Amino acid sequence: MKRREFIRKSVGAGIVGSALSFAGYNKLFGAEMPDSGTPYDLVAVRGGEPEIMFDRAIEALGGMGNFVKSGQTVVLKPNMSWDVPPERAANTNPGLVKHIVKKCYEAGASQVYAFDNTCDNWIRSYRNSGVEEAVKEGGGRVLPGNTEDYYKDVKVEQGRRLTEAKVHELVLNSDVYINIPVLKHHSSSRITICLKNLMGIVWDRRFWHTNDLHQCIADFGTWERKPDLNIVDAYRVMMRNGPRGVSVDDVSEMKSLIASTDMVAADAAATRLFGLEPEEVGHIRIAHEMGVGNMKLDQLNISRITV
Amino acid sequence: MQNHLKPFRVIISLFFLIVAALIFIDFREVFSESFISGFLSLQFGPSVIRFIHIAGITLFGFIFILLITLLFGRVYCSTICPLGIFQDVVSWISKKVRRRMRPYRYALPKNLLRYSLLGLTIIFLLFGSILLMNLLDPYSNFGRFVTYFVRPVAAWINNTLAGTLSSMGVYTLYRVSFPSIQWEIMVFPALMLGLVIWLSYRYGRLYCNTVCPVGTLLGFLSKFSIFRIAIENSGCTNCARCERICKSSCIDFKTNEIDFSRCVGCMNCLNICPENAIKYYFKGRPVPVAVTESEPVEQSGAPDNTKRSFLIVMAASLLGFNKFVSAAEQQGRRLRRRKNNGSNEVQMSRPSTIPENRQYPVSPPGSVSIEKFNKACTACGVCVTKCPGNVLQPSFLEYGLAGFMQPRMDYLSGFCNFDCTTCGEICPTGAIKPLTIEKKHVAQVGVAVFIMENCVVFIDHTDCGACSEHCPTKAVDMVPFTGGVTIPEVTENICIGCGACEYACPTEPYKAIYVEGNPVHVEADRPEHEELERPDTEEFPF
Repeated sequence: MKRREFIRKSVGAGIVGSALSFAGYNKLFGAEMPDSGTPYDLVAVRGGEPEIMFDRAIEALGGMGNFVKSGQTVVLKPNMSWDVPPERAANTNPGLVKHIVKKCYEAGASQVYAFDNTCDNWIRSYRNSGVEEAVKEGGGRVLPGNTEDYYKDVKVEQGRRLTEAKVHELVLNSDVYINIPVLKHHSSSRITICLKNLMGIVWDRRFWHTNDLHQCIADFGTWERKPDLNIVDAYRVMMRNGPRGVSVDDVSEMKSLIASTDMVAADAAATRLFGLEPEEVGHIRIAHEMGVGNMKLDQLNISRITV
Repeated sequence: MQNHLKPFRVIISLFFLIVAALIFIDFREVFSESFISGFLSLQFGPSVIRFIHIAGITLFGFIFILLITLLFGRVYCSTICPLGIFQDVVSWISKKVRRRMRPYRYALPKNLLRYSLLGLTIIFLLFGSILLMNLLDPYSNFGRFVTYFVRPVAAWINNTLAGTLSSMGVYTLYRVSFPSIQWEIMVFPALMLGLVIWLSYRYGRLYCNTVCPVGTLLGFLSKFSIFRIAIENSGCTNCARCERICKSSCIDFKTNEIDFSRCVGCMNCLNICPENAIKYYFKGRPVPVAVTESEPVEQSGAPDNTKRSFLIVMAASLLGFNKFVSAAEQQGRRLRRRKNNGSNEVQMSRPSTIPENRQYPVSPPGSVSIEKFNKACTACGVCVTKCPGNVLQPSFLEYGLAGFMQPRMDYLSGFCNFDCTTCGEICPTGAIKPLTIEKKHVAQVGVAVFIMENCVVFIDHTDCGACSEHCPTKAVDMVPFTGGVTIPEVTENICIGCGACEYACPTEPYKAIYVEGNPVHVEADRPEHEELERPDTEEFPF
């Protein structure tokens, strides 16, 4: 039923989409970093519903118009990698994603897309995570990332172990790129936030696992096309048995959200929320050392908001 | 009067053929499990097997078919059996291409061959072997044809279109990918497909009246049908049109007799008769007994050749199996392809050194035990095509000859989705029994075995954890290892053998973690956890 609807809608949208058509990779280097006009490096919000916390955070960062300009295409990278329901918190909160899609359109976005290179079967993960429906309700579109053809070669110039990767064409083609990870425990990388979430925009992850996972995650963080905005969903947080989780007993309601243009800073703050020190997490420490961002929270100008 | 019967038959048959084919081709989960299950319940062969193995919860599709046959003869063969309808399509093409004046002529029944094959199939079944049923069942053969030969072509077309559209920014179609089936398994279906096409192109429904055990059984039964097609002597002008159009070669215009045991009920003869002398009659009667003297019927030699070559083909393919045993072992290696970032020349993890020591293959959840599964599966492949994780793949000789082509859990191709019960819901023979999601969550089909010496963590002292990441029960968990990294540890009693760990394990050429099959499935324990220590979130910790 839903798939048929997807097909029907995407036929319609496809006609419009082809008219708007991606114009190659020229956006890759022309992408402007937001002119923030705000003194904050990072905004942390807690105590509210995801939508309200997002609004407060984006307000502190100068408003959505700082990130999305009229007519721009936007790609969202939520975590929708697992075939589990929203309350298990293995995937990004659907309500938050829907709200961000709407805000992008309100800021004048021409089209908002979302995708993930899922771990479980992609159709079921998109559907059962609730994110596919959320994106559609917000007026956006989910696109597949299930075969290698969607991924294009890029160079990771500063990478130590990871020097090239295959990245989903949407990230290469869109004007604005927003990373929306969910904060979770992770059995491989201890914790998964912004940096780790980007494993969902690349194709071959086995290479990462066999070539010093933490180093590869940090290496990919150095890739020139960094997210224009990172929103960490810490509303429900999987505290153990991550990244898939075993039951709702693994989940703690934290009702928090972190927003930053700096992936490392956002990861550091979220790691503290989780109860770990950023230095304890290999990829965050290495990414900091490689200059991807700043994990020294005491050096950052942080806005702390309680709703 | 009965002229509407043929168009009616054509419409029904096209429906069944197209839907059956689409069920096997569909890679977008368009058809629901309950629809597939209901649709396939009318297939005679699987329905009988299902009745034998799980009488309690069976859908009595075959009884319906038996009743229809006792009423009207083998109309099943022309309306519901997808292989039969497929042959009609081939015959129709043949008619258009060859434009022969006399497409068919009467032939004597091949009773020895057809009853022998039926008898052998039944004897095999009585002795607990489904092998002949597996090889000869028409529905299962049709399923394999579509699974092995049509579906990859459909996927290729889809992917080509999807690629073109996505380059224009249109994502209406999406690409699909599934593992290609190893060629050794495709030999038998390819030979069968060749045989079916050749026979139907040349001789109409000869396959159905010589090889097919379902056709022979229903044919035998149709000798007792209440309504039978027969020729009314008084109306017949001996024009022979009926004989020439009969795909079953069962109308003898010289004697005005119809061998109803070979009639597949296509009803073409009903419409071709200019005198309307051929009709369904009650018990095949009100027709006066034929008065023509019985002439010796001339027989063409071709069908005998058919019989011989078929037997040769069968024997060759059966005997040929043994030669491929070693090829099956090589298969495992083939999939462990070294497929990383192409030209990435930076340091690579050292290759793993210890081969997995697999004792048993893994049968699907719901199959109860390998033995029971091997006795009940006709290898139609519908579960293979509907498995969302691509983990169900046809086996070669992993189960032995008894399980030839039956699906096994192939963790190099994929892994079993924790919350999925599709295969059990759609299996038409009951070889894979339906499981509730609660039962599925504890159905232990095998157990993960960790080979530490192959593990990235052991070899390189770097974190990996891909296996544990994918584990739905955390039977594979990461525990502290030397130097601050963590290494996998298996808790066997909560492992269900889904193979997510094996699939995700990146080591090459041998996996550091693999699933050893349970010859008899058991119930795993549910994972238990202590109360979660909830972090204090009253203040910002920064």
